[in-house]
Amino acid sequence: MREELLRIIEKNGRIDLKELAVLLGVQEIDVVNELQKLEEEGIICGYHTMINWELTDIEKVTALIEVRVTPQRGQGFDTIAERIFQYPEVTSVYLISGGYDLMVILEGKSLREVSGFVSNKLSTMDTVLSTATHFILKKYKDHGTIFGPKKQDEREMMA
Amino acid sequence: MRNPLSDTIVSIKPSGIRKFFDIVSEMKDAISLGVGEPDFDTPWHIRDEGIYSLEKGKTFYTSNSGLMELRKEICNYIDRTQGVKYDPANEVIVTVGGSEAIDIGLRAMLNPGDEVLIPQPSYVSYEPCTVLAGGKPVIINLKAENDFRLTAREIEEAVTEKTKVLILPFPNNPTGAIMEKKDLEEIAEVILKHDLIVLSDEIYAELTYNGKHVSIASLPGMQERTVLINGFSKAYAMTGWRLGYACGPEEIIKQMTKIHQFAIMCAPTTAQYAAIEALKNGDGDVAEMREAYNQRRRFLMNAFREMGIECFEPYGAFYVFPCIKEFGMTSDEFATRFLEEEKVAAVPGTAFGDSGEGYLRISYAYSIERLKEAMERLKRFVEKLRAEQAK
Repeated sequence: MREELLRIIEKNGRIDLKELAVLLGVQEIDVVNELQKLEEEGIICGYHTMINWELTDIEKVTALIEVRVTPQRGQGFDTIAERIFQYPEVTSVYLISGGYDLMVILEGKSLREVSGFVSNKLSTMDTVLSTATHFILKKYKDHGTIFGPKKQDEREMMA
Repeated sequence: MRNPLSDTIVSIKPSGIRKFFDIVSEMKDAISLGVGEPDFDTPWHIRDEGIYSLEKGKTFYTSNSGLMELRKEICNYIDRTQGVKYDPANEVIVTVGGSEAIDIGLRAMLNPGDEVLIPQPSYVSYEPCTVLAGGKPVIINLKAENDFRLTAREIEEAVTEKTKVLILPFPNNPTGAIMEKKDLEEIAEVILKHDLIVLSDEIYAELTYNGKHVSIASLPGMQERTVLINGFSKAYAMTGWRLGYACGPEEIIKQMTKIHQFAIMCAPTTAQYAAIEALKNGDGDVAEMREAYNQRRRFLMNAFREMGIECFEPYGAFYVFPCIKEFGMTSDEFATRFLEEEKVAAVPGTAFGDSGEGYLRISYAYSIERLKEAMERLKRFVEKLRAEQAK
């Protein structure tokens, strides 16, 4: 049940417990217990909402920043990653294989705010060797959700 | 002018579902629960292979039987799921949907007057295809008390010395019934005893919810007397690609290929390339869709329980077949009123044979949100009917 449960709530975090129990074919109490366990184990680490900010009049800028760093003796990349992810404007930090080390995703109110963060905070860290900032121009799909008009049901009634 | 038409075709009734669809399509905000095809898009990697084959200019006829690579993959698939081995060179034909396979299968086997046992409720084409092939349909009315499974006894009662073919439509459209191994073993004895050939329509084989589907061809002595029909429409959400297949004894497949060669030439080439990808790398997609269908199935069964509507638990396909006898209306009356008063289209059970009287086919090839809305409307409708009855 665990995997199926996770797959359902990954797509729909607002589903109520009763419905979840029906879809999984189990008792509601089992769902409650399993969710609690998943939260305790840190497998479920939050319930978020997918928002297409472009449709609001709130300005938002998202940037992907490639960061090359010098790993530190005994700590590897963890300490530098932690120093970066502590900033609230940083939404994600990933250690990456290949041409650079960390992928930092940053949300800001404006281009200026983002570039200010990169030049003042990020690139001035001792272990940061270089950065390359990419601004997101348009989001087509995020977390498995396609942004765009919903498809019409074109199917015909047939046997 | 003389009558330009064939008496045989004129005598065949058109499918009963059409009428409902015509009303639905004119009605705004009507919810349909009537379709018989998946709501999912064909998985992208499969579509992509189709597109790639077009880019490479693979736009010619294939061999009549279908691409050899596809036939090999079909044989692999049946071997790995059923443990039944077919020779891709002589025992497989790729067809335009499972429906063509039904048609040419019957035409290849029937002589005038041969009787064909057709369990109903079932898919609407068996009966007309039998008639068009010169055979005589003999209907077996499946019973709710058997969960709409076919029993040896029912075959015994319907068999005559003219009986040649048994159609085995499981997992079943419209009831969602399945035949488990023990059920198949029971009927296999009678099939052998009366020397029948089985046309086993297994188009919903991948959509079962209490264990894996078992093909009758996997039972001892059955492969040599079974034409196994399957396809890509339901498992991989590929209805519009029009691709199915039949596997069976060489002598039957050879004659089916002849009809196919003259009537069709070959199944669509693009679809064949896409289907190779589906069989090679599509298991994960099928599992995902199966899980989604299963959740919806549980949702509907729970909704019926809460409304107090009788419905046996179906373990296959994507249909539920609730009983509406308590309301004292025919299926047609119920479905018509439901559509007019609550704007929900469900198909009357009688569209699939007389034994569907008193039942409704509800498809769950729809999102949970849609099903939720439909069940709220059904609840309102049912409460109204019960209040009417109480007066």
